[in-house]
Amino acid sequence: MAITSIKNLKEFSTNNDRFEGAHTLCPGCAHSMIVRELMNCTDDNLVISSNTGCLEVSTAVYPFTSWDTSWIHIGFENAATAVTGAEAMYKARKKKGTLKDNDAPVKFVAFGGDGSTYDIGFQWLSGAVERGHDFTYICLDNENYANTGGQRSSATPIGATTSTAQAGTHSYGKKEKKKDLVAIMAAHGAPYVAQLAPNKWKSMAKGFQKALETEGPCFINTVSPCTTEWKFDPKDTILLTDLATDTLMFPLYEIIDGHELNILYRPKNVLKVEDYLGAQGRYKHLFKPENKHVIEKIQKDIDEYWTMLQRREEARI
Amino acid sequence: MAEKFDLNDREVWDGNYAASQALRQAQIDVVAAYPITPSTPIVENYGAYVANGYVDGEYVMVESEHAAMSGCVGASAAGGRVATATSSQGFALMVEVLYQASGMRLPIVLNVVNRALASPLNVRGDHGDMYLGRDSGWIQIDAFNAQEAYDLVLCAFKIGEDHSVRLPVMVHQDGFITSHTAQNIYPLTDEAAYNFIGDFQPVDDLLDFSRPVTYGAQTEEDWHFEHKAKQHKALMDSRPVIDEVFAEFEKLSGRKYNRVETYMMEDADVVIVGLGSTVETAIVAAEELREEGVKAGVVGIRVFRPFPFDQVREALKGAKAIAVLDRSSPGGAMGAFFNEVSAALYSTDTRPLVTNYIYGLGGRDFSIDEAKRIFKEQQANADAGHITTDIQQFSGLRGPHLGYFQTQRG
Repeated sequence: MAITSIKNLKEFSTNNDRFEGAHTLCPGCAHSMIVRELMNCTDDNLVISSNTGCLEVSTAVYPFTSWDTSWIHIGFENAATAVTGAEAMYKARKKKGTLKDNDAPVKFVAFGGDGSTYDIGFQWLSGAVERGHDFTYICLDNENYANTGGQRSSATPIGATTSTAQAGTHSYGKKEKKKDLVAIMAAHGAPYVAQLAPNKWKSMAKGFQKALETEGPCFINTVSPCTTEWKFDPKDTILLTDLATDTLMFPLYEIIDGHELNILYRPKNVLKVEDYLGAQGRYKHLFKPENKHVIEKIQKDIDEYWTMLQRREEARI
Repeated sequence: MAEKFDLNDREVWDGNYAASQALRQAQIDVVAAYPITPSTPIVENYGAYVANGYVDGEYVMVESEHAAMSGCVGASAAGGRVATATSSQGFALMVEVLYQASGMRLPIVLNVVNRALASPLNVRGDHGDMYLGRDSGWIQIDAFNAQEAYDLVLCAFKIGEDHSVRLPVMVHQDGFITSHTAQNIYPLTDEAAYNFIGDFQPVDDLLDFSRPVTYGAQTEEDWHFEHKAKQHKALMDSRPVIDEVFAEFEKLSGRKYNRVETYMMEDADVVIVGLGSTVETAIVAAEELREEGVKAGVVGIRVFRPFPFDQVREALKGAKAIAVLDRSSPGGAMGAFFNEVSAALYSTDTRPLVTNYIYGLGGRDFSIDEAKRIFKEQQANADAGHITTDIQQFSGLRGPHLGYFQTQRG
């Protein structure tokens, strides 16, 4: 096992540079930070698959590639299956002794956005986890179909305006609650499931390391603020992530073996959700008087979910 | 090491069992599969080999055919031998990923037990799924019976994995007619079969970390055209390799395969051009008609992709009237197979009369009598010097005659 010990951010950020900077992700996109954290937290060989999406179209545009490791993209929905196919091949070849280096440790990782993870690729993810492959699936959750220009996904929260769930004179935007994918993946019996955020980089790196160390299928949801579709200044990505975690809009926790829940971050001062919503263009309309009830609903949902997490943590269930 | 499987020189196998035995002998590294009628027994038989230690690789039962091919793509890119099986709706679900597999030049072998596509739902055999895959960039080889289903799966690995080819290969057989009908099969020994295929030699291996590779990159108009042209070239260039593999297989087994199979074509005036088990039915009909003085011949397309354009022209150059049999709904056009054969003949000097028969959809039986009737219609065309019926007609359909593009009738 070649997990990298994390002493300080500077050292960590320059470790093992397997993700080249010359990609074409938007300025302010958190995807590259999350990918870099994953790739820097281990020295093991990596086989990475990506679903079709922002990350994929920005990092492997022929004849260039940002990936200085094995990387494969097939389609929008099947990164989980692609990487588990490679994992099955690894097991077969290891047994037969046909690998070039039979002893080097290898880790299998799939990346998907919320569209490909929560929606179109959900079946493939579920199947791969049920089959128990040794891999880690990381969802880069920017809460919309950013690569196609900002349509709603089942990860889009109530009240956000998107190009297919628009706020207007007769609508406050998306009406439905965000799908609780972390709970769903924990219910699959995955041995390690977590929700992480790039502003809490140390806890993110540790979460990644735990997932890589854990044998079996692991699932990690990471908040990834989207400067174009959330509508904020590209320099404020980490500020937005701070607001997401400090309002508990995006609580950080892990679930081990489907039952042991640990909260990974407790804000000293829990902020009101208005602070988070107000920092983004996609929620601007909620501050009109007629939409006040939506903000109240979001706050109520946050409070209830946080209470539930704390109770589950105390009860060890 | 895999357990030894006892084989006789002659076995009684159906087409599915024959195909699964070829997969066992190939000692595949990864099979990712999802069952669907009528190809299910291939997957089940393979499961039994896994359960009893007759194969060493990984057997991954995924949650859909789309995932089956997705898993095969990931596994194949990771540098080992990969195969799966499917039919019909499952094939349709796989189609998206079939293009990815061929675009990435991954030598996956897919057993396709042909079956009709819904709606209406139907589990019986026709060639709707075979045609659905025809533009996906895969080599498509057609087995007319169970022995061939076995032989051609072995050949498929050797063809697809050849470093000058590196393309995925489908081996087709007719649902239920071939897949579920037992016949005498003459298998190779495990050793001979494996040595014929050889060890898998990876190219651009995801698990070779000394040389990282990026699979499935994006290209736009700046490169996409060149990639697709190269892929087409690879398919066209696979033709001599297919011929070489068939020749090598003949040396080993005594069984000869050609990209276009011809029967009694030396002096044939009237010809049936077909695919699958229909070819054997047509041969019996032709033999019987020969006794009545009809100069009947049969052409079976063995390699459907890359389409054997030259060989089709060559085989049919002396024919006067031919029937091209499409076992697939034409969907508002002439049959797809008819179009391809006609296109091959169009620029020949001795262009024969060509009629399109749509037949056998959803597993409707194709009888020797029906084949004889078609030959006789072609004889009438040949005698008249023009097509005497409709250019496209449905054969064996209940109810009134259904035909299109009448020429000289009445």
